Amino acid sequence: MASPTTRTAPSTGPAPTPAPAPLRRLGGNLRWGFRAYGLLALMWIRVSFTYRTSFVLLTLGQLFITALDFVAIVIMFANVDVLGGFGLAEIAFLYGGSSLCLGLADLALGNIERLGNRIRMGTFDAMMVRPVPLFAQVCADEFALRRLGRIAQAAAVLTWATASVDVDWTVGRALMVPYLVACGTVIFLAIFTLGAALQFWTTDGSEAANAFTYGGSTLTQYPLTIYPVEAVKALTFIVPVAFVNWYPALYILDRPDPFGLPAALQFSSPVAGLALCLLAGLAWRTGVRRYRSTGS
Amino acid sequence: MSLIEVTDLSRTFEVRRKVSRFRREVHEVRAVDHLSFAVGAGEMVGYIGPNGAGKSTTIKMLTGILVPSSGSLSVAGIDPSRNRVELTRRIGVVFGQRTTLWWDLPLRDSFELLRRIYRIDRDRYRRNLAEFTELLELGDLLDTPVRQLSLGQRMRGDIAAALLHDPEILYLDEPTIGLDVVSKGRLREFLRTLNAERGVTLLLTTHDLQDIEQLCSRVMVIDHGFLVFDGSLELLHERGGSTRTLVVDLVDEAPPIDVPGAEVRKVEGPRQWLSFPAKASAAPVVAAVAASYDVADLSITEPAIEDVIRAIYTR
Ligand SMILES: Nc1ncnc2c1ncn2[C@@H]1O[C@H](COP(=O)(O)OP(=O)(O)O)[C@@H](O)[C@H]1O
Ligand SMILES: [Mg+2]
Repeated sequence: MASPTTRTAPSTGPAPTPAPAPLRRLGGNLRWGFRAYGLLALMWIRVSFTYRTSFVLLTLGQLFITALDFVAIVIMFANVDVLGGFGLAEIAFLYGGSSLCLGLADLALGNIERLGNRIRMGTFDAMMVRPVPLFAQVCADEFALRRLGRIAQAAAVLTWATASVDVDWTVGRALMVPYLVACGTVIFLAIFTLGAALQFWTTDGSEAANAFTYGGSTLTQYPLTIYPVEAVKALTFIVPVAFVNWYPALYILDRPDPFGLPAALQFSSPVAGLALCLLAGLAWRTGVRRYRSTGS
Repeated sequence: MSLIEVTDLSRTFEVRRKVSRFRREVHEVRAVDHLSFAVGAGEMVGYIGPNGAGKSTTIKMLTGILVPSSGSLSVAGIDPSRNRVELTRRIGVVFGQRTTLWWDLPLRDSFELLRRIYRIDRDRYRRNLAEFTELLELGDLLDTPVRQLSLGQRMRGDIAAALLHDPEILYLDEPTIGLDVVSKGRLREFLRTLNAERGVTLLLTTHDLQDIEQLCSRVMVIDHGFLVFDGSLELLHERGGSTRTLVVDLVDEAPPIDVPGAEVRKVEGPRQWLSFPAKASAAPVVAAVAASYDVADLSITEPAIEDVIRAIYTR
């Protein structure tokens, strides 16, 4: 029998160049968080494969629903040539960008809205007694590969749009495409997280966040020129989803800002993403300490 | 320094109550009120109190799930709410009311996932799994998804899961709730072995005095958030003046039964209630009754924790 005194220390692994201790610890935690997320996500994938038919049906269903979105836009262009000053390929670019970012964020932590349920039922307790960062556990909770449906559709639209838009593809512009996807995904991730953290205060937090993420993604699927300038400012400075695709796209598509807003905004997506991440991280930490479980 | 140290620990909850349709009143529930105690390594402590006394709240603070409102606590030298993740490797937690396992996974897969999450060394994991599978009789259940397990089976699974990483401390919150007598007995037996052979420190909450009687030498009684008693079981019985009751159904009505070591409290037709000290064995009393009377049926009721607490207060 194992003696109770022999315990494995968490294997942090020897670092080749010694970084300052707090940084090293942060790095170790992050790495461990990702690994644990992978373990848990893999487990949920295996579970979903045991119900193979329902997995296939759900994936196809999701693909079909998101495809309808875009079909609506194509049908619209059967009657008009431009919408808000943008042609079909350009709108497809905006649509694909926004939808792909949302899809990636949704895949990574789409089930974070289950947190509200866990908070109400007190089943969050079980996560708190495991040696895995809570955020990793919450994000991986019921990880659903069927969400690849939206990603596949969005990636296809974005690829077609990139090939079809009439743009002089400089290296800078070409690099802006993956950059757009990365920043946009981070922005949606942060908004999802904020919404989840809000649920430590009010259990309707995820509804609010969904309005911002799914709602924001729907709004930014179209050129913002179809909205009044006040709305555009709100989507820039209040709920900054315009940074997901609109501003980087203006640069990529070589368009001057139709509202005369500063061109610097076209390069500010990382700033918006970082600000949102800091806010989300703070809200999350504060929220977890507020958690009060449930009485028996 | 003791393994678990709690000083002046309090936790309040703000509860909103609907007073009328439009007005809500906020009031404060003191779930745990200036609690202080220490538990040494290898102890087996029963934490007992009626429903709503503050037992679960205490456990949740000791695991880092809840942040205390005031006071300080240290478990294995760690402040639970500040370094919760670090603490998880040193403790095991079992909640009687809800599982910490994954509903959709067979036990075996849950355990395997825990092995990875806790980064348990493979050999040690294999040894532990084999041992707990045998002691907790999990052999036939390993391939059953958790959602299909009975309460008792699930509880055993949960206990094994909480122990795979060799924790120094095991907290059990109402582990026997809802279990039948046989399962309760087996569970107690297992916990005794665990404490004796592995030296695991046990803190278990219950509102069933019998759990404590068969397991713990030390009892802490909590009521309305206050620690009203902390000491040995003998002392509790002395102070609480607690008695067990032998309910005797005689074949025919008879005058009050007269046997040494027991007193008749009530007679109702052929049924009589005899009380005897809780720490005394029931066997001689039962034998004496059976020897001199025609007995149709016998049963023993344990003192309720509420009665013991009432007795502590009235002293
Ligand atoms: N999350 C919570 N929110 C509000 N009140 C709570 C909460 N948890 C516990 N309480 C209250 O605190 C008191 C103690 O509860 P608890 O610790 O669960 O008692 P026990 O486990 O001894 O039955 C009860 O009055 C309960 O209603
Ligand atoms: Mg309780």
